Amino acid sequence: MKNVSDLTIREASDLLSSKQIKAQELVQAYLKSAHGQNKKLNSFITICDDAALNQAKKVDKLIANGQKLNPLAGIPIGIKDVFSTKDIRTTAGSRVLENYVPVYDATSVYSLNNANACIVGKTNLDAWAHGSSGENSDFGPTRNPYDLSRVPGGSSSGSAVSVASGSSLAAMGTDTGGSIRLPAAFCNVVGLKPTYGRVSRYGVIAMASSLDCIGHFTKTVYDNALVLNVTAGEDGFDSTCTAQKPDDYTKDIEKSVKGFKIGIPKEYFENLDMKIKGLILEAVKKLEKLGAQVEDISLPNTEYGVATYYIIQPSEVSSNLARYDGIRFGKTREKFGSEAKRRIILGTYTLSSGYYDAYYLKAMKVRRLIRGDFVDAFKRVDIIICPVSPTLPFKLGEKVSDPLQMYLADIFTVTANLAGVPSLAVPCGFIGDLPVGMQIIGPDFSEKLLYQVGYAYERETKWYRVRPEI
Amino acid sequence: MKKIQKPEIDVDYVSKLANLPLSNKEKGLFEKQLKDVLSYIAKLNEIDTDKVEPNSHITDLANVTKGDKTFPSLSQDEALKNASKTYNGFFEVDAIFEEQ
Amino acid sequence: MKYEPVIGLEIHIELATKSKMFCSCSADYFGAKPNTHTCPICLGLPGAMPKANVKAIEFTQKFGSAVGCKLLLSSKFDRKNYFYPDLAKGFQISQYDLPFSAEGSLQIKAENGNLKKVRITRVHLEEDTGKLTHATINNRRVTLVDFNRSGVPLMEIVSEPDMESAQEAKLYAQKIRQTARYMGISDADMEEGSMRIEPNVSLRKVTEVSKVSNGSKVSKEQPPYISSRPSVSPDVILPNYKVELKNINSFKFAEKAIDYEIKRQTEILDKGEVPQQETRGFNEQKGITISQRSKELAHDYRYFPEPDLPPLNFTERQFEKIKNKLPELPDEKYQRFIKKFNLGVYDAEILTREQAAAKYFEEAVKAGEKAKISAKSIANVIINDKPDIDKTLPADLVSQIYQKTQATYISDDELARIVKKVLGENKKAVEDFKSGKDAALQVLVGAVMRESKGNIDPQKAKAMLKNLLTN
Repeated sequence: MKNVSDLTIREASDLLSSKQIKAQELVQAYLKSAHGQNKKLNSFITICDDAALNQAKKVDKLIANGQKLNPLAGIPIGIKDVFSTKDIRTTAGSRVLENYVPVYDATSVYSLNNANACIVGKTNLDAWAHGSSGENSDFGPTRNPYDLSRVPGGSSSGSAVSVASGSSLAAMGTDTGGSIRLPAAFCNVVGLKPTYGRVSRYGVIAMASSLDCIGHFTKTVYDNALVLNVTAGEDGFDSTCTAQKPDDYTKDIEKSVKGFKIGIPKEYFENLDMKIKGLILEAVKKLEKLGAQVEDISLPNTEYGVATYYIIQPSEVSSNLARYDGIRFGKTREKFGSEAKRRIILGTYTLSSGYYDAYYLKAMKVRRLIRGDFVDAFKRVDIIICPVSPTLPFKLGEKVSDPLQMYLADIFTVTANLAGVPSLAVPCGFIGDLPVGMQIIGPDFSEKLLYQVGYAYERETKWYRVRPEI
Repeated sequence: MKKIQKPEIDVDYVSKLANLPLSNKEKGLFEKQLKDVLSYIAKLNEIDTDKVEPNSHITDLANVTKGDKTFPSLSQDEALKNASKTYNGFFEVDAIFEEQ
Repeated sequence: MKYEPVIGLEIHIELATKSKMFCSCSADYFGAKPNTHTCPICLGLPGAMPKANVKAIEFTQKFGSAVGCKLLLSSKFDRKNYFYPDLAKGFQISQYDLPFSAEGSLQIKAENGNLKKVRITRVHLEEDTGKLTHATINNRRVTLVDFNRSGVPLMEIVSEPDMESAQEAKLYAQKIRQTARYMGISDADMEEGSMRIEPNVSLRKVTEVSKVSNGSKVSKEQPPYISSRPSVSPDVILPNYKVELKNINSFKFAEKAIDYEIKRQTEILDKGEVPQQETRGFNEQKGITISQRSKELAHDYRYFPEPDLPPLNFTERQFEKIKNKLPELPDEKYQRFIKKFNLGVYDAEILTREQAAAKYFEEAVKAGEKAKISAKSIANVIINDKPDIDKTLPADLVSQIYQKTQATYISDDELARIVKKVLGENKKAVEDFKSGKDAALQVLVGAVMRESKGNIDPQKAKAMLKNLLTN
């Protein structure tokens, strides 16, 4: 049998349902990895042995009774530590919430528990999801399993690393400006930023309410679709969650991409590492070989993405973090880390009297233009392919003292958040030992399409087999 | 349409507005770092958005409401569970003075 | 120097919905133990999100319509950001530039009979905050916070500064209260806190009636429906300051506070100074207003559209429906009562003060139609005798009135006839009485009562019988 840590969800699920392995065994093995690797990688803030094993025990009973279960039953998953988990500490990666224990579950956590998934732990992150490298955590940085001297990307750093290093089979994350796609690309895993409003945000500690998307990491594209099948759907608690019924995302996933029109936006292929550019274009060629057509397109307002994002996001952050006053929960505000403080100051300023028009209002207008670019492009093409990051995973400490440089790492990812469209990051090769990922972007609620394209490409390349040596 | 003017923040004033205590060191550091960020953001002055409507909601959802039904609340214990200071079922803070 | 008061009122009314504004906690929190009506949403816990209560929106639109406002086809909620321990999220979900209703008015009638129109800038919807109480624990002064009230729907009614006296302000506030109660949307009880008023008071020099090119100090950047103190008369300069008054717990205190403020500001202006723009709290015991610690920064609320709540769009058709379904409002009812029931203004005013009483009166009138009991007599009984309208059915009240009237309709001749008849039919009782058995008189009285079907004052009957028997 395969090494347990090399399994995909699909494979593990088959083993469980065919009773070749017990859920408790599987979960135990992953808990062991989680504990064993944490000193080196620091992917987890909290490891939940009891909760995970209790759930696994329950799954084993159900399987023994012949119950047909969701493919995620018994599957060890990690949850980014911004998701409220009832009775399990939730810190947002910050000392402010060091001892905070929620009295309720986030809707997505509830859905996963309902599907009998086993939460192995709360993963590390840039505090409050503020960051692109994983270095802003008050609980120490997470490291890239492919090169321990480098960043894994952020802010959902722990979740990406956990899946890459075999301490979970799937992990939940959030993507507000690239926080799933960037670590996915840096860690050789699949990461989905769904359409805004596809997955309920209720219970997830809010960063920027009009931009936050609830997504997840897996080793493979098929696995990713399995998770979306559980988390997507209407929610009575989130007023921005769509009532539009979700698809069955695994259905038709193996369909051919023949005839698909792929747009290559020129603005995303300037000012980046040439080798990365090369890998992405190679990937596109592979899809062409499979029958897709390629067309050059333009998303002209791309250059304003970062500026627009860094007005809207901090503005909303400053408001969303106002509740942390130490009265009903948590510690007092001086315990916020530097990045959080910086964003609160910036956001308070951009919303303040006399500046609102020039900043927030202006940004909301440019946002309409940026979305307009995508809407127009999708009249001509079915999907867009572009890089995730202009650089390879950088060294720990390289950008920490220059916030603006760190912000510019988001240059290719923020536009999808501003437009609300879904984007799937899939591995597309290595440069040296370092992973590279590409984005597959589609129109609103086209996740099914993205999975088809991703699956077709993955079948030819299987980059997930290149495991990190830890 | 108001244009972004000089990229400077009175960090001291804004920190009071944001209820965020900062050390002098932090104030100095942020003033400089945010000046850089604001200079970059001024890029938006390049685009003419006079005839563009702001977009405050990216979905096309509207009229999302709930009926007037009640559901059980948290217990008092649950509500107070994470508070650092409570008293007889209340949250406790240092006295707020409003001259009376 | 003669000054003219310039008074506006900001009134908050707690809506009587079952659940809170953005969550499903029960809004009926009065008297409950602290922090027992909360949930992640109204407690502002990390990750919680709001969902708007449709009934609260309906109530606000109905009320807006009732006070002559135009209803907005597109509306939204906004965040009002500030810090205070009773504000769980560190922002209040309220409405800024697109309230549900705007630009209405109310007519008030002063004691001298003069009618006055008070313009209403806007009626919008927001959520209430928690409650603070001050205490001393172990010699330490603390503030205690209860979030039961946090998230209860609050309707805010902002008037233009059209009032010119404390009395007018009181009348306006009373009219608002009456309207809210008529609509059944709130108890609007100042003692219970379901209605709160905050007057803003300033003084204008009466002599300054000079023509100014730009009459009022309106900032061009003000969004619509924000009261920017447009002139009552376009030629008059408005005062360039205003004082907000808080902690007013009754209409009486409102009048007192405003009168005190007018006096206080007069003294300052007489000295040639300008009163400070500030918030002042009313002290009930001393009957004065005291400056509250100025929260200068509190006024930069950094409003922006609430991203967690999609906008609300309505149709003209929906608004037509609302307008057509409005109940008969106090003024209408008052006019109708005068016309239909031929009541005097005083009676009509009292009977239409509360909708419950008005309804009761009309039901009683209907019940009294058969017996030809006049509306006027019913009105008199209700106004003077103050029957408990919860305990006495209108029909019963009418029959009581009937009894009383019937008792006076039996003429003395008729009474004499009945007495004679009874004496003739009860020879034994007569003999018993004559031989000293006083109790027999009661028997005769009883017989007279029965014969007259109770429409006689028993004392009168007794007296007449005794008279005849002893002579």
